[in-house]
Amino acid sequence: MIQEILIPASVIGSLGLLFGVGLAYASKKFEVKVDERVAAVREALPGANCGGCGQTGCDGFAEGVVAGTCPVNGCPVGGTELVERLSEILGVKVDMADIKVARVMCAGTYSNCLNKFEYSGIRDCTAAANLYGGPSACSYGCVGLGNCARACPFGAIVMENGLARVIESKCTACTKCVAACPKKIIKMVSNSKEYTVKCSSLDKGGLVRKNCSVGCIGCGKCSKVCPTGTITLHGTLAEIIPDGCTNCGECIKVCPTKSIQRNRCGYVVNVD
Amino acid sequence: MILCTTIQLSGVMHMSFLKNMFKGGAAVPHRKNTESCETIKMGVPQKVVIPMLQHIGAPCEPTVKKGDTVKVGQIIGNSDKYISSPIHSSVSGVVTDVAPMLYPGGVYVTTVEIKTDGVQEVHESVKPPVYSNHSEFVNAIRQSGLVGLGGAGFPTHVKLSPPSDKKIDCLVINAAECEPYITADYREMVENPSGIVDGIKILIDMLGIKNVFIGVEDNKPEAIKLLKDITEANNSISVVKLKSRYPQGAEKMLIYSVTGRKVPPGKLPSDVGVIVMNVNSISFIAQYVKNGMPLIKKRVTVDGSAVQRPSNVEILIGTQLADVFEFCGGFKCEPRKVLMGGPMMGIAQYSLQTSVLKQTNALLAFDSTEAELPPESPCIRCGKCVEACPMNLLPLYINLNALKENHEELKKYNTNDCIECGSCSYVCPAKRHLVQSMRLAKAQLRQAAAKGGK
Repeated sequence: MIQEILIPASVIGSLGLLFGVGLAYASKKFEVKVDERVAAVREALPGANCGGCGQTGCDGFAEGVVAGTCPVNGCPVGGTELVERLSEILGVKVDMADIKVARVMCAGTYSNCLNKFEYSGIRDCTAAANLYGGPSACSYGCVGLGNCARACPFGAIVMENGLARVIESKCTACTKCVAACPKKIIKMVSNSKEYTVKCSSLDKGGLVRKNCSVGCIGCGKCSKVCPTGTITLHGTLAEIIPDGCTNCGECIKVCPTKSIQRNRCGYVVNVD
Repeated sequence: MILCTTIQLSGVMHMSFLKNMFKGGAAVPHRKNTESCETIKMGVPQKVVIPMLQHIGAPCEPTVKKGDTVKVGQIIGNSDKYISSPIHSSVSGVVTDVAPMLYPGGVYVTTVEIKTDGVQEVHESVKPPVYSNHSEFVNAIRQSGLVGLGGAGFPTHVKLSPPSDKKIDCLVINAAECEPYITADYREMVENPSGIVDGIKILIDMLGIKNVFIGVEDNKPEAIKLLKDITEANNSISVVKLKSRYPQGAEKMLIYSVTGRKVPPGKLPSDVGVIVMNVNSISFIAQYVKNGMPLIKKRVTVDGSAVQRPSNVEILIGTQLADVFEFCGGFKCEPRKVLMGGPMMGIAQYSLQTSVLKQTNALLAFDSTEAELPPESPCIRCGKCVEACPMNLLPLYINLNALKENHEELKKYNTNDCIECGSCSYVCPAKRHLVQSMRLAKAQLRQAAAKGGK
């Protein structure tokens, strides 16, 4: 009677032992070497798998960063904290000034910019822009129906008084808003640059003035006063070239229409 | 023998009873208030503003500059592109400005502004065209600046020179005029039926076409009678009475109603051996061959609840809307919406400074009670838009996917086949902006294609 129990138990037991030894051996023999830094980097990443870095997801990015094929500041979601953490893990130094944010190159709110007509159709910027360039008198400016705000996965764009505003602390530079804007007035700029010409109008100065109280009229005062000569005029529109700008703020003092604006929201101090 | 009889019988059948009726459409009210208004000529305005794009295709380059003196019928804009049409001065005077102007669609188009001198001196280049073969004729038509006057503005010379592998055996004259309010084509049929027949004869000679059908909706009995009387002697021309149903005058619907042929999606009428011409275009050809005066004026129906004196007006191209409405006695009350074109497919204007174009057939001004759109409400999946769509599309799903920017689905629903006739928006009980979302969907697909192509 007792044998009927003992024999199967010992057979199963010895088989188990045999397989156990076999598996233990195989795991040593065929071990796949994993860089523990990949796991650490993966752990530090936000894990949203958004693909904003251009990789297949956070796993792909983690491998890419460790292998050196992806930049350390390549994750648009993580922000500065992530870059710091990754540079700790990998033992490299990164210039923090290079983080980009989206900025809307228009300041034409409902109160600043006139309307050509009253629009009553689909609440969508592309749809509205297909009719005479949209209801706003300025055919270059923000349509104000919030395609960018809807496209932003991080809630970093709010519509205020008919104008999109980027909350730079939330912006992760995923550039989805840039693609969504039918007027192409959202630009990626380095967030350490405080001053921007918030206008995209290529209309002549007189017409800009008629349409909008904060449009750039191309008077050129800013480019004359800029000590580093980094402001150029494209026809009737001033542009601050980010490379040379030292955030001195001379331009904003002379701008007659206040189309140059200061933006300190997401300002990051260089931590190096 | 039996086969032969059957064909003849069916031929007779659809001649008299019109077997073929397109699917869908909408029973829109006719509101042809101006049908008994004889065409009145409007004088020469103080200034005209002539855009360099009044057709489908490449815009023209202005050939005049500020300060130049121009005469009536002089070419002021031309292009070397094939799908384009020259633009002539409709007045004599001095060019005061050549500047960009905002066009529907949000793009800037160069316009030539001319201060008129009121003399209307005719340019020396205006003389009857001389042609002896098809290619010379087509070239003459190009020089006349003729584009499809029904509203689309497709250059006629392109239409008249189909690829040589396509055999054209049928000319369909579009006199359906299915949009409410518009009576510009109707007035042409009543006032100038002989011109229409002359134009048809010229095309028969030049293109070697055997069958000509004039398609008229049955809400214009007088026009049908006049045309029938005048074409009685001619065996190759037949007048076809069409059922009044919007969009009977859309090219594909008209071809199906008249000939029973279906134009496949993405194909042109010439693929089924048909050329379609608007009734005004055809009589313009007759006039041009006779006196050589290019396309410089247009009959336009001016109507709507805000207009003091609704009328049919012959207007010089480039006349500003403000002058036209002024000529019609001004406004009864502040107009809330001004449309260029009919209420179904017309484009709302934001300013009265825009001008009458070659393809303009109506100017409508509505007061606030008629202009306001009811608020949009959620789709209740009733399927009325599906029933109404003459192109057999599913507007509700295209609307849904356009708002979600779901490009794959939009392709699946054949969005690009939409002719933007507006039947779906008209019947929608939830008053959803269906046609606008079709346009949005097409724009999205264009964008996606451009992105995918790089």
